Amino acid sequence: MTTLTERIVTVADLPQPPGEGDLHSEPMELSMGPQHPATHGVLQCKLILDGEKIVRIDPVMGYLHRGKEKHAEHMTYQQFFTLTDRLDYLQPLANEVGWALTVEKLAGIEVPARAQAIRTIICEFMRLSAHLVWAGIGGVDTGAVSMFMYAFRDREALFDLLDELTGLRTNQEYLRIGGVGTDLPAELIVKMKAWIADFPAHIDQFELLLTGNRIFHQRMRGVGQISAAQAIDLGVTGPCLRATGVGVDLRRARPYLLYPQLEFDVPVGTRGDAYDRYLVRIEEMRQSTRILKQLLDQLPAGDWIAKDWKNVLPPKGRVYTSMEEMIHQFKTVTDWCPPKGEVYQATEAANGELGFYLLSAGESHPYRVKIRSPSFINLQALKPMAIGAWFGDIVAIIASLHFIMGECDR
Amino acid sequence: MGVEEKFPEVVTARLTDLVGWARKNSLWPMPLGLSCCAIEMMATVGPRFDLSRFGAEVFRFSPRQSDVMIVAGTLSWKMAGVARRIYDQMPDPKWVIAMGVCASSGGLYRNYAVVPGVDRIMPVDVYTMGCPPRPDTLIRAVMELQKKIAELAIDGRRPREPVLVQ
Repeated sequence: MTTLTERIVTVADLPQPPGEGDLHSEPMELSMGPQHPATHGVLQCKLILDGEKIVRIDPVMGYLHRGKEKHAEHMTYQQFFTLTDRLDYLQPLANEVGWALTVEKLAGIEVPARAQAIRTIICEFMRLSAHLVWAGIGGVDTGAVSMFMYAFRDREALFDLLDELTGLRTNQEYLRIGGVGTDLPAELIVKMKAWIADFPAHIDQFELLLTGNRIFHQRMRGVGQISAAQAIDLGVTGPCLRATGVGVDLRRARPYLLYPQLEFDVPVGTRGDAYDRYLVRIEEMRQSTRILKQLLDQLPAGDWIAKDWKNVLPPKGRVYTSMEEMIHQFKTVTDWCPPKGEVYQATEAANGELGFYLLSAGESHPYRVKIRSPSFINLQALKPMAIGAWFGDIVAIIASLHFIMGECDR
Repeated sequence: MGVEEKFPEVVTARLTDLVGWARKNSLWPMPLGLSCCAIEMMATVGPRFDLSRFGAEVFRFSPRQSDVMIVAGTLSWKMAGVARRIYDQMPDPKWVIAMGVCASSGGLYRNYAVVPGVDRIMPVDVYTMGCPPRPDTLIRAVMELQKKIAELAIDGRRPREPVLVQ
């Protein structure tokens, strides 16, 4: 006869749900790109995922390497403008300004005030152009597809102005060593002023669409956070650095062109996440309109290119009529040699510090050109931002970093 | 004399024409956005130029859903294998638009890194000029391609003469 024993079933006796460590999972390797709509060009991200968490991320660059620095060694100083345009193709003229300032610093060419003002104007227009594309594409990446339409509406109107000034929509080749290609006509200033008067209301529209949008907020807030110390260690510049609370802007820190005379604020974030980077860029657009307003209201009169014909291309009209100018033109195009030396000039492009290091051996071609592209260095922040994040967040992180592969791979 | 007289609601057409008409008006581009041209390609889809007027605005980033590949930008040798693989994944019949001088011939970049024209690795139907081409030029390229597609045989096989859009 068997004896019955009392047995109470407790929770511990029930089959347990798998705890942490019990579940067998192995990391998954995933390649994102190089042809992927969210990588903004041709970046490949080799990801190692643990479930939905990113354990490791290796960005693979070089899919758009075009050998620009090597090309520079075989091009004259004026010719290289063509390639600087295609560095960050969202803001071609701002790259040209950087290169022009570098060469002028080396050769010691004085640029007239009006030319400097025109350069400052186009620099700010380019910042708007780059931020508009960023807003449109960043919107698409985070699910706000209509944002693309709003941003490109304004960009097309902006391109109309640049088209009228330079003759091309993008990649304009408008700058010359010592000035700019053509004067800014008075009727175009009126049109630019009208565009600027309208634009702040359009920024309000963007904000209405995104800033308070709950989905956008959830996609961006707290995503891709880095501290100020980390950002400085990595060499991050531009809006990505300012979003962490470091108010470094080369337009203030190492002023060039007419920026010291202008009134504008440098927006800074507090948390250094994707949402702060968005807010900083939106505020920068407002500040750019403020700068443009000041410049267009008091555009200095005078020459738009330095009258230093030994160093600067003479105006085309005079080349056809005067023997002297023709000789100058011929000499400048074929055999213009700046002095020996090395210079570094940095400008604040839309993505950060765009620097050109130029080593001259006193020949008509640069001996070596090194481009310090902000996109390449900001891309290094992808690792600390993405590791530990959810897989779905990587799209928002890449969108908020906003690197341009043309500039990154050079 | 014919079916149309007896049945006024019926329109007769050759099957080739019908298929060509359907094909050309619903192009699904695969945007291989590589560099500067990609921005102008986006502008073409944008509000002003609006490629959807030509039935070609459904940009699919998956090659298996697309039938025309727009190579927009500089193709480097590192990217060339990837581009060819994407092209191979597209179902037939498929077409290629080389947008801009870099895609057409290598353009400015005559060096070690850049493929001198995407026709080295895939057949091209329409070449476009410009660096980058204006959106109008890309629309013109799509229209030229539509003309070619309308003339295509039903099985999609026919020797193809490339077109240059200036």
